[in-house]
Amino acid sequence: MIGKTLRKIYIGLVILFMYAPIIVLIVLSFNNSRSRVVWGGFTLKWYSALFSSSSYMNAFYTTIILAVLSAGIATVIGLAAALGITAMRKRNIQIMLFFTNIPLVNADIVTGIALMLWFVRFLPLGFMSVLVAHVTFNMPYVILCILPRLDAMDMHQFEAARDLGAGIRYAFWKVMLPDLMPGIFSGFFMAATMSLDDFVITYFTKGPGVNTLSTKIYTEIRKGIKPEMYALSSILFLLVLIILILINVTGNNASRSINKTIEEK
Amino acid sequence: MSKKLIELNHISKSFDNTLVLDELDLYIRENEFVTLLGPSGCGKTTLLRIIGGFEKPDIGSVFFDGMDITMLPPNHRQVNTVFQKYALFTHMTIAENIAFGLRIKKKSDAYIKDKIKYALDLVNLPGFENRMPDSLSGGQQQRIAIARAIVNEPKVLLLDEPLGALDLKLRQEMQYELIRLKNELGITFIYVTHDQEEALTMSDTIVVMNQGYIQQIGTPECIYNEPENAFVADFIGESNIIDGVMLEDRLVEIGGQKFACVDTGFEKNEPVDVVIRPEDVELGEPEGGQTEGTVTSIIFKGVHWEIQVESIIGITFMAQTTQHFPVGKRVGISIIPDNFQIMHKPQSEDEEKLIEE
Repeated sequence: MIGKTLRKIYIGLVILFMYAPIIVLIVLSFNNSRSRVVWGGFTLKWYSALFSSSSYMNAFYTTIILAVLSAGIATVIGLAAALGITAMRKRNIQIMLFFTNIPLVNADIVTGIALMLWFVRFLPLGFMSVLVAHVTFNMPYVILCILPRLDAMDMHQFEAARDLGAGIRYAFWKVMLPDLMPGIFSGFFMAATMSLDDFVITYFTKGPGVNTLSTKIYTEIRKGIKPEMYALSSILFLLVLIILILINVTGNNASRSINKTIEEK
Repeated sequence: MSKKLIELNHISKSFDNTLVLDELDLYIRENEFVTLLGPSGCGKTTLLRIIGGFEKPDIGSVFFDGMDITMLPPNHRQVNTVFQKYALFTHMTIAENIAFGLRIKKKSDAYIKDKIKYALDLVNLPGFENRMPDSLSGGQQQRIAIARAIVNEPKVLLLDEPLGALDLKLRQEMQYELIRLKNELGITFIYVTHDQEEALTMSDTIVVMNQGYIQQIGTPECIYNEPENAFVADFIGESNIIDGVMLEDRLVEIGGQKFACVDTGFEKNEPVDVVIRPEDVELGEPEGGQTEGTVTSIIFKGVHWEIQVESIIGITFMAQTTQHFPVGKRVGISIIPDNFQIMHKPQSEDEEKLIEE
């Protein structure tokens, strides 16, 4: 009995430490007082200030466009890569995955500086350079989401489609792609979150005129902490939360069908 | 005799430097039920995939109805395949699965609807149109895979161990079903299996393969009763394969004892392989036989007993009989001349290896 209560208290404490700061931040974003310790009543004025400021809104749009575009491009390239990797021999698959996984674990700051050095020489720093950078670090996530789906797929289905008269392209669109869809969706959303989340790499590869929400927050904070920042941070958190829920919905479907194919085998 | 529909000329194929098929020649007649039979790795599935268009031979050519189709991709061939693991399209309904090939051929909706109904009736699954493949049992999925293939009216149906994943009872049912289908459709079936019983039950012609070579082609009766070499004898049913010497026409010596047989045309004193089917080894009273021995083991097999007999001429015979002989009992062994099958010893080391493997 006591053990059970203790367990619950322990879990409660862990969750409290994880989420209390974010909850405080969100609460403060609705605080009428500028103080960080006194509750001055409920207000939406920081949010309205945010939405009426063109520079904040620009950062917001840039963030969204960047997330959707970079995730989209990374999904297309990642899908092609996953298809290619599956067709390789076992040893080459290992080598290939080793290379594609390095960007996942590499320190962001190293990737950021390396990309910056590269772009300074070949590409003017601006929206394009940030986009290319985001596609680069998004791709491994897409590959990792699609590969298991491909592994679990019965390649005989593709041959059966060819056998029944389908050309290579028709067989791919009608038979393979529908089977891969859950993996493709979770890859896309995973990539979009990574893009929304990123600060370090964006900071190093963006040009002077370009800002995403995270770099905007950082530049503003340096001038002093304003309540608008609480509102902005809350919005960023909410965006990521929504996408995470989406990943869970599609991802669950993916893992469910993968489990099923494994059981059948 | 009906005409040759498929001709394979000098087909060779290797994977990763391993030779899978070696200069293989084979033709298949119209309306035949041909079974490619052999142990796993003998090249039978590769041969089927070459006919289906999923593999290209390294050397050699495939003719279909007189036309060279060696380089033709699978979607342009008049053959359809039933895959071992069914390979139904999991995200489509049964009706959509069956309609897949017809939609590509741009058939009318009414035609497709008729065909789906016809095919489902043919495989005894009427009313399954709107089910999903994963809600069906293995046997039902296999029937749908067959329905999906035959609605395209292929001239040849290729079946790659289609019953391998089913349990024994269902497998036997499906064997009758396949024979009925073949007779109703009047098309050529090429069937791949490693199950000799399946091959004997269903085929018009059996092609026994091993190590990329064809060992023997013939009717089931011919393959069973007159195996051409020790490999075929051993693979089709159980056999006693014994070293012997052919003394003269119709006389063979085993373990120092002479036996009368019916084979002729061997060299004088030629070493030979002698094959005797276990059901042809007759056991009786010790003094009544051609030789005698002692029962060393007896196993109940349902229809018959399987008995090992250690004979006094130093050879262990396997016998199958409905009579019971306890272990340790002395018995007489007799074999009538008709039941000796005499075969030349393999000539080269290569051939020797072939049989051992």
